[in-house]
Amino acid sequence: MNLLRHARYVLSENPVTGLAFGLFALFLIAAILGPALAPYNPLQSNSAMALKPPSAAHWFGTDQLGRDIFSRVLVATRLDLSIAFASVVLAFLLGALSGVAAGYFGGWTDRVVGRLADTIMAFPLFVLAMGIVAALGNKVINIVIATAIINFPLYARVARAEANVRREAGFVEAARLSGNGEARVVLGHVLPNIMPIMMVQMSLTMGYAILNAAGLSFIGLGVRPPDAEWGIMVAEGANFIQSGEWWIALFPGAALMLAVFCFNLLGDGLRDIIDPRKRT
Amino acid sequence: MLKLLLSRLATAVPSIVGVVIVTFMLTRLLPGDPAAYFAGLAASPQAIAEIRTKLGLDKSLPEQFVAYIGDLVHGNLGNSLSTGQPVAAEIATRLPASAELTLTALILAVVIAIPLGVLAAVKQGTWIDHLCRIVTTAGVSLPVFFTGLLFAYVFYYLLQIAPAPSGRLDVFLSPPTDITGFYLIDSLLTANWETFWGALRQLALPAISMAIFSLAPLARMTRGSMLAVLGSDFIRTARASGLAPRTVVFTYAFRNAVLPVITTLGMVFSFLLGANVLVETVFAWPGIGLYAVNALITSDYAPVQGFVLTMAVLYVALNLAIDFVYGLVDPRVRLDT
Amino acid sequence: MSGVPALAVEDLSVEFRTRSGTVKVLERVGFEVGKGETIALVGESGSGKSVTAFAVMGILDPAGKVTSGRAMFGGSDLLALSEAELAEQRGRELSMIFQNPRTALNPIRKVGQQIADVLVRHGGATSLDAPKAAVEMLKKVRIPDPERRAEAYPFELSGGMCQRIMIAIALACRPALLIADEPTTGLDVTTQAVIMDLIGELARASGMATIFITHDLALAAEYCDRIVVMHAGHIVESAPGRALFGEPRHPYSAKLLAATPGDSATLESLASIPGNLPDLRRADLPSCRYSARCERRIDDCSGPLPRREIGERHIVACWNPL
Repeated sequence: MNLLRHARYVLSENPVTGLAFGLFALFLIAAILGPALAPYNPLQSNSAMALKPPSAAHWFGTDQLGRDIFSRVLVATRLDLSIAFASVVLAFLLGALSGVAAGYFGGWTDRVVGRLADTIMAFPLFVLAMGIVAALGNKVINIVIATAIINFPLYARVARAEANVRREAGFVEAARLSGNGEARVVLGHVLPNIMPIMMVQMSLTMGYAILNAAGLSFIGLGVRPPDAEWGIMVAEGANFIQSGEWWIALFPGAALMLAVFCFNLLGDGLRDIIDPRKRT
Repeated sequence: MLKLLLSRLATAVPSIVGVVIVTFMLTRLLPGDPAAYFAGLAASPQAIAEIRTKLGLDKSLPEQFVAYIGDLVHGNLGNSLSTGQPVAAEIATRLPASAELTLTALILAVVIAIPLGVLAAVKQGTWIDHLCRIVTTAGVSLPVFFTGLLFAYVFYYLLQIAPAPSGRLDVFLSPPTDITGFYLIDSLLTANWETFWGALRQLALPAISMAIFSLAPLARMTRGSMLAVLGSDFIRTARASGLAPRTVVFTYAFRNAVLPVITTLGMVFSFLLGANVLVETVFAWPGIGLYAVNALITSDYAPVQGFVLTMAVLYVALNLAIDFVYGLVDPRVRLDT
Repeated sequence: MSGVPALAVEDLSVEFRTRSGTVKVLERVGFEVGKGETIALVGESGSGKSVTAFAVMGILDPAGKVTSGRAMFGGSDLLALSEAELAEQRGRELSMIFQNPRTALNPIRKVGQQIADVLVRHGGATSLDAPKAAVEMLKKVRIPDPERRAEAYPFELSGGMCQRIMIAIALACRPALLIADEPTTGLDVTTQAVIMDLIGELARASGMATIFITHDLALAAEYCDRIVVMHAGHIVESAPGRALFGEPRHPYSAKLLAATPGDSATLESLASIPGNLPDLRRADLPSCRYSARCERRIDDCSGPLPRREIGERHIVACWNPL
């Protein structure tokens, strides 16, 4: 497998990418096995143990309700990553399909998709997400939809450019000539061909999607207490920063930073493996 | 010049149209009964029915749209449930606070990021280049609300050199005479040094938090663009003509390299306006972001919509300004039309 | 041609660091240009013609390094000067023009301003007179309507006009030497002739020496007094134009001439040079880099490369010349 050998070369040249893959594995384990690995019940309050700093018993300390922060941070991984992943997949589905259609068919389709993307981009993206969640209702599913909508233009643009390039390519001509309908050609041939580049896009925007979801929950949209989610935990911890109980906000915030950092590096590494020409 | 301005204005029109349509959709095409949204959570069925007729929500959608446009033209953004005041007036009073914060953050970011990027490109491989790399990779990962909190903790709680994150001015000082609405400018204009210093101290942490957030894309774009330009043919000609290094780097290279950076400012503004909301929340900064967040918590609907519309219009205007400035710097855009 | 030459390059070697190893791009290159003389540096792409010019001007790519040699110009060795001293010389005593004139000019600066920049920098004019002096230069390179054209940007001008602007920039301070790197590639044939004539005229008027870098032998023949032939980083032959064309002595020069389409060339009669340029990254390069593809190869050819003067200013680097 040529790709595997190339991947190994990139990893040896750039150990940081290897670090990113390692971190990603850690996060994945935390997301899948989190609840099983947590030392305490993340929802269990214990007022006697409230606001205790980090110790051997509670690695990350306890919050204002006496809940173990380490367990909460661990368990929150699943929620944060799922929200981000779901919105990225949704954005990809909406964006890639419309983008490929726009790039392949051109004309009217292109204009409509372009107008739609431009209209979304006319808003500051986080503000638009706020407006969408406020309109659709304060639920987690709407965070996913709002984040997907604001990421749609990027995917549409990339997919459109790639489809445009491939429109006259040999394998597409061949598919057309062998009697496939246009829809078949687009779905069965063009779309699979641009998947690697879309994968790179998806990992690059995972970081942004995590930040977006955390930002929305920080201001009270989407996730509600007592659910454990990094953004909402930072918001709860913010009230105690001024009185010096730093651990409540720090650990979820650090987890957030680490996750975003990991996905950004991962995206860069994937891009180097798949399309080294695009390096900055 | 005038032709440039007019052509740029023309491109803004479809954006404004799109913004108005989308904000209309966000106010009317809601799951459930829009009237219930505007009447509030605790409203009785009669109150909801009253609101329905009062806001014209029982008319057909096209009629509502026309009414909506009419309202906008008259500056009517509805009324806030919690205060009963017109949203437009409340936004107008709070806008200068947000503007002062965002502009200060932007100026700070530009003043640091652009020289950093230029130096990193001119002195490749030195410590400044590595610093720039670190700033750009780490900068994009920092959640702005977390950075703000960290700063408040370190500089206010631990080191006690920053004031409490409690708004634009300490309680003991009174705001300066209102000329522009910007406390820094107004206090300078009225020679009110104590207020100026107080306002600056309160502005420091939130502005720096926001600035750090936007440093990364600006520095990265400046460095990349500068590197590309320094390797181009016309720079080789400039060097072969014996032009002084300062002329080559600043008059020839930088002016060309700054073009993509100006374009990047559009994206940076999008991030900044979003970060504004989060930073205002962390530092209790009385701008339109905090206004909208408070309205969200109390399910007060009209202010949120007014906020989204205002921010969008501001953003379109900012992009217009960026396009215009770009046309000033690049004659190819000006003369090719 | 008597007296001190305008430029004397001796023993110039240049290496490039690349990912796949060190490339010995130039090896012991040496030639002279007399005052007021016009020579051509010819060879295939990759023979090192432009690198020689860049090395002399001191504008080599950072990956390149001069490992030996001297370039005597105006009494000093250009290769030993500091960057600041070199910057004084460039544009004033020696100038260079490049191919692709459109991309070689600053796209967002008026052309008159670009000429003025060089004048002000080297003291040819004050910042007040510079704009007028720039217009004078435009007249000198025969650009019609010079006052208006000085306010134009490069994208508003044709390729030929941009090349004239470059010539104006290069000649503004009346240098003693001009290096022209493929100045007419990319221009149409009529414009080519006009540009070459212009350069020739201006050179004769001020007694300026010129080095034309080109792969076009016909052009070299028509406009240059002497021709220097390069192959794979070596100088293989240098001779007055007529001598080279009448009687090329190096096997490579002969092949090069045979490959040039003349008046009566047909597709069948066009000869081609067999083989390829050697891989210059190899450590075991032969001393004569042409020997691998040469049909006149003898045992002596594996020895050190000679430099034999076989006629009036006719030098050839070959053990078995024609």
